[in-house]
Amino acid sequence: MSSKDVVLSRVRKALADVPDDEQPQDVPVPRSYLRVHGERTAVGTVALLADNLEDYRALVHHCTGDELPGLVARLLADRGARTVVAPGGLPEGWLAMAVADGVERVPDAPDVTARRLDAVDSVVTGCAVAVAETGTLVLDAGAGQGRRRITLVPDHHICVVRVPEQVVDSVPQALEQLDPTRPLTWISGPSATSDIELDRVEGVHGPRVLEVVLLAG
Amino acid sequence: MSGTYLGMPAFPRAAALSSQDKTLRGNLRHATHTIRAKRAKAVDELADWDRLREAGAAVKNRTLRHLDHYLEQVEAAVTAAGGQVHWAADAAEANRIVTGLVQATGETEVVKVKSMATQEIGLNDALAEAGITACETDLAELIVQLGDDLPSHILVPAIHRNRSEIREIFRDRMADWGRPAPDGLTDTPAELAEAARLHLREKFLRAKVGISGANFVVAETGTLVVVESEGNGRMCLTLPETLISVVGIEKIVPAWQDLEIFLQLLPRSSTAERMNPYTSMWTGTSDDDGPRTFHLVLLDNGRTDTLADTVGRQALRCIRCSACLNVCPVYERAGGHAYGSPYPGPIGAILTPQIRGTDSELDASLPYASTLCGACYEVCPVAIDIPEVLVHLRERVAEGGEVTRRGTRVKVKPAKGHAAERAAMRASRWLLDRPGALRAGQRALSRSRRFHPKRMPGPGRAWTDSRDLPPAPAESFRDWWARTRGEGRNP
Repeated sequence: MSSKDVVLSRVRKALADVPDDEQPQDVPVPRSYLRVHGERTAVGTVALLADNLEDYRALVHHCTGDELPGLVARLLADRGARTVVAPGGLPEGWLAMAVADGVERVPDAPDVTARRLDAVDSVVTGCAVAVAETGTLVLDAGAGQGRRRITLVPDHHICVVRVPEQVVDSVPQALEQLDPTRPLTWISGPSATSDIELDRVEGVHGPRVLEVVLLAG
Repeated sequence: MSGTYLGMPAFPRAAALSSQDKTLRGNLRHATHTIRAKRAKAVDELADWDRLREAGAAVKNRTLRHLDHYLEQVEAAVTAAGGQVHWAADAAEANRIVTGLVQATGETEVVKVKSMATQEIGLNDALAEAGITACETDLAELIVQLGDDLPSHILVPAIHRNRSEIREIFRDRMADWGRPAPDGLTDTPAELAEAARLHLREKFLRAKVGISGANFVVAETGTLVVVESEGNGRMCLTLPETLISVVGIEKIVPAWQDLEIFLQLLPRSSTAERMNPYTSMWTGTSDDDGPRTFHLVLLDNGRTDTLADTVGRQALRCIRCSACLNVCPVYERAGGHAYGSPYPGPIGAILTPQIRGTDSELDASLPYASTLCGACYEVCPVAIDIPEVLVHLRERVAEGGEVTRRGTRVKVKPAKGHAAERAAMRASRWLLDRPGALRAGQRALSRSRRFHPKRMPGPGRAWTDSRDLPPAPAESFRDWWARTRGEGRNP
């Protein structure tokens, strides 16, 4: 008997009390919980996202499409960043001004090792969806987001969220929009730990500075 | 890890020692009280908490009642997505599988995400015997590993250490494992976190093999989910070439949609956050992103024995949030080590005796490590009626009866006159000797009155067939005495 057979036969013996004709869906799951907590306008949802991001120490900025290249250049300059990772599919214009200022653009590619990323100052990405109620950004490795490691190893992450179209209210709504076959990373504020006396401290292994640009229009 | 739970004394003896330790008690009191208030606030934000809790319990019940179906679905989905699935009937088999997989890569160092399942099977020791160094990368697990210590809490394994103790451990021990602690390290949490960042960065960058557990496995898609805070999980899950995940068979949820329940219940119950900083989800392997080889080891190790007990089965709903530890008056005074397993507190008191059995004095004493106050049930996000299972297990220890051990029905003898009974009696005595623990338990009992059943669980059921269980008083006798006769002083 293989170990698989051993485990499965133990499971079946253990479930002797379950009627033979019972199907999984016969076990009721009441889904009367809320899809969204509270009613708000699209503007209100974006405002809640900003509040919750800030509550977990992300730095939030607002801008229009015209202002974005200048804002990104300034945020990189404020951190003294000389190198920035750019995932494939990131709109060219986003980094144009920073590059003009002399910041080196490092394209995300399979040959960019973790060690190479460790020497890069910053990363700029988009996202797949943002969740207002929890202050969460979800990246799905799609265009403008890159491999999971590029938003992990550099110490400074600038994430651009198109508002209001990329913002949903709640966790249930976010899951509906996401594709489980893609590698997903949910980010709620910079890395943190509660391991010392259960007090939250920001900044452990992931980027210690998370800046979120809410891009309108 | 050089520490071991083997041969530990029964709960009352261990608790008698630990509760004398003033530093330990101070550390635990500070930490558990901090998190209690925060959790209550995070939970109060959601008007539908009770409905989420009900749905969470129901999803887990559906999974458990059809676990064979979902296990086969997981295997098919993970395999289709490029992963390899292994089955382990017990700890020794899981350790053999993982050791073999690491040896096949030719590596002698692995990085680990904090995982209860690998603690439970003693994986680090098994790897060490094979000449493989397992580096814990969660901050608290690192503190435990560097200090040759044992975890004492599910979420915060080093909860028994305060900041100055942590500084000492880092200063004295980091150099033995790699990059030493920075000169002049102080005990501010930010500096301690920075020291861990520097120490572990080098290990992450060179790691070829990562080992993790998982919080959830989605049967319909084969997706694994790891919920974390520090980013050490993301490092281990994405940088190495090979990833091995050891997952208890009860971690399955049937559908992708079910995550909408647990991603709301878990962070608010464990770290008291709206959402934890990082959650990783992956399905098999992806081209150019993350490990090229992915192994999933499905672990039984006593879970099917637990499943066979229709009362005790509900313990398998546990999502390891640790809310029950943080509200438990007994845990707060005894500390996690007294429970003699990686699962301390109320959930440990019902899980350990079921997955390990009650043969040892320690395991037989665990169901007695409680005042039955019910605070654990009140905060449990999947509504595990821990007091009901405790009473049920006490009955089994005292009366004996039929149980399942490694898949076979066996009869256990009553503990009367045995070491187990003496241990159980000592556990009760330990509680009665601790007015603080008993008082806190009674207060929690009063506060949780609306959750109390009208009928008694377990052996008391017959008595309540024709009677209602008397309601718990709004105020304990001790509190009433203190208020009316004690001149405002606590007794």
